[in-house]
Amino acid sequence: MELLTHKTDAGPEIIALSDPAAFTVSLGWFVKTGSRDEKFEIAGVSHFLEHMVFKGTSKRSAEAVNRELDHLGAQSNAYTSEDSTVFYASVVPECQARAVDLLTDLMSPSLGEQEFETERQVVLEEIAMYDDQPPYGAFEKAMELFFGNHPLATRVLGTVETVSEMSVGQMREYHSERYTRDNMFLIASGKVDFAQLVDHVEEHTERWPTGAAPRQHRAPIFTTHDVLIEREATHQHYAVKLWPGLSCNDPRRYALRMLCTILADDSGSRLFWELIDTGKAETAALWPQLFDDCGCLLGYLCCAPEDAEENIETMQSVFDDVLKNGVTRKELELAKNKIQAGLILSDERPSNRLFALGQSWLTRRSYEPLDVILERFASVSQQDILDIAHRTLNHTPTTVQIVDPES
Amino acid sequence: MNQELLHRQFPNGLVLLGEHMPWLRSAAFTFLLPAGTCYEPDGFDGLAGVSCEMSQRGCGKLDSREFLEELDSLGVDRGSSITTNHTSFSCAMPSKVLPRVIDLYSDLVRRPHLPEDQLNDARQLGMQDLRALEDEPAHRCFSELKRFRFPLPYGRISQGTREGLAAIELSHLHDFFNNNFHPTGSILAVAGNFDWEQLCNTVEASLGDWAGPIEPALPPLQPRFGSSHTDHASNQTHLALAYDCAPYECKDYYMARALVGILSDGMSSRLFTEVREKRGLVYSVFATCFSLAAQGCVLCYAGTTTNRAEETLHVLLETIDSLGQGINQDELERLKNRSKSSLVMEQESSAGRSSQIANDWFALGRVPTRVELCAQIDSLTCDSLLEYFHAHKPKNFSLVTVGSQALELPSGVANTQN
Repeated sequence: MELLTHKTDAGPEIIALSDPAAFTVSLGWFVKTGSRDEKFEIAGVSHFLEHMVFKGTSKRSAEAVNRELDHLGAQSNAYTSEDSTVFYASVVPECQARAVDLLTDLMSPSLGEQEFETERQVVLEEIAMYDDQPPYGAFEKAMELFFGNHPLATRVLGTVETVSEMSVGQMREYHSERYTRDNMFLIASGKVDFAQLVDHVEEHTERWPTGAAPRQHRAPIFTTHDVLIEREATHQHYAVKLWPGLSCNDPRRYALRMLCTILADDSGSRLFWELIDTGKAETAALWPQLFDDCGCLLGYLCCAPEDAEENIETMQSVFDDVLKNGVTRKELELAKNKIQAGLILSDERPSNRLFALGQSWLTRRSYEPLDVILERFASVSQQDILDIAHRTLNHTPTTVQIVDPES
Repeated sequence: MNQELLHRQFPNGLVLLGEHMPWLRSAAFTFLLPAGTCYEPDGFDGLAGVSCEMSQRGCGKLDSREFLEELDSLGVDRGSSITTNHTSFSCAMPSKVLPRVIDLYSDLVRRPHLPEDQLNDARQLGMQDLRALEDEPAHRCFSELKRFRFPLPYGRISQGTREGLAAIELSHLHDFFNNNFHPTGSILAVAGNFDWEQLCNTVEASLGDWAGPIEPALPPLQPRFGSSHTDHASNQTHLALAYDCAPYECKDYYMARALVGILSDGMSSRLFTEVREKRGLVYSVFATCFSLAAQGCVLCYAGTTTNRAEETLHVLLETIDSLGQGINQDELERLKNRSKSSLVMEQESSAGRSSQIANDWFALGRVPTRVELCAQIDSLTCDSLLEYFHAHKPKNFSLVTVGSQALELPSGVANTQN
């Protein structure tokens, strides 16, 4: 596998992880924009825009876009997060040129009034769907409280109010400010024809707006809250906890991932033996959210309402123990094996490599090959994990719980 | 790329299958045992799931902690699941550890400890799954549809029922294990980078002398039609609709599957276009083929806010009916391209391929090759699909809604019984 990069003044940066033996090629536009880049009154615009990107361009109607994606036999989709919006497709190598042509054209959507109104209904249905599925709502509330007036408090989907009131003009303005060639990367993996990719992207992005799309980077002032959300006819109890975490460039992130694996992996971790194996909880999880400038550590518990209090105490005692005594050598070695094997298996598919490369480029403008990442995990020590536990779990978390008022 | 199915049937009934994918570093297996929910005794819904959970709580010389620690140290990504027909164990791993992992799972299916002091923990875990399902209306909708459309023993869901879980005692677990964890009807399918001779020797040594009863006969399936509603406090009403189609083992399956593909495969499919793109009625709408006990059905789903549920059902039925007005060449070409592209992509995952091989063997007693599937896809024409649709018009509908408002199938829907 070979990393290929290309950047000229004329177009966006192009990065590929080329594997001539692959069966497919995966391609994606990674846009450095997400809910953290939105003004309060247009919360949810990045995600709504992600939908609208598929609703037609000056060259293609919405129907033509969908037909062409299917003609290519593409496995394609898009997603929006707090800090990025990604559009991707996996195709057989002979369809690369057409797939790049289509994906690149999509980045300049028409944003027509009529499509905007229809798609607004779809986004409202999406919010209604998630709203019916706890723990949705708990994570969003916890992020709002934890990050306070920091941009990371903004909900990715927005709210019913902001989506209902958003105008197409506001979306057009957001698009022209954020979808600039300096704020977007074309990422590819698998059996890539790189020369063709470069020629095509340079030619078709010539007229794209330029300019850096600024992002507010500032240290959040984390605040601690404890909130109950009452939700009728909820069968389980849902608890979300947030502690301060790390940024995506922090070298201690490998140790943090290992801490999460040792404490809360879905099999064989400390919380697994305490809560899952014993049937006391359905889920007990802990994972890091890494952003440009900061991060948080998320904890999640789902269990029967009558067991919630005791389970939360058990979780805390597991965290207290690791803060006091650290992790054992055996736990460290098992976690390394587990994480490293998972990374090797995941790396077999070009589509998985696309996301690893794209995410790395969005946040660091660099890429660490798999072997280097494996080495980073191999070099984590027990002391590193103890240190990172103190940096994160040794704070009072923000807690949001969803409960049935009857229980 | 040449594709060869490797096959060995052991005298005890166990079927071992293999497909080489030498370009991968991994190997994966899917181990199907005839221990699905349809074999649960009446009144013990959830017994298959609890048995599966208990079988992983220590086996052979290892207790549950030692078992999981060894899998972790070998770097095994694993899972287990329960379907109507099977208990399934699946593992993906670096290829060199495959023989050891087969040994470990041989102990799991033959020599589980089934520790009595952990039965209640496993039961509670089942209760957790059941309650979590009750909080997910979209999934619950399909569970309720299964219960409604498929009478016992086929309509049981993997999570079971509160009463069923509560009734399970250790003796039931032993009976279920002894009656259903056996080589007859079991399929072990391996895909990826492995040595077939070595694999055969490993399986011979660890499972060759495995013995057990033969599979019990199951009654024929007689689906139930009509409508059913489950109240759920939610913003959306979730609709699950089923109607008859050819099952997977039928020679007409590819025709039936292609019609569902025209309806639902991809963003230009009819359901996505009519229900979501043109009208904005839903975020999620799809249709898929499902086969059970030699019968097939199309399953459709749509989730929409309650005041638009009636319109959504209407558009859903109208779109299904629109197949009868013709299939155009362009949409058929799109479907063919998508299907062939998926066949290329399946070569990238040993785990996905092992699962496909195992399930093909169970349904068909063979595994179609990519060449054969491409030929089937190429042979589809607009005229043949239209003709097939008119000769096998959708009928025998079951509709289940979960939400705050019940919906009924409109009059005139073709059901042979109600």
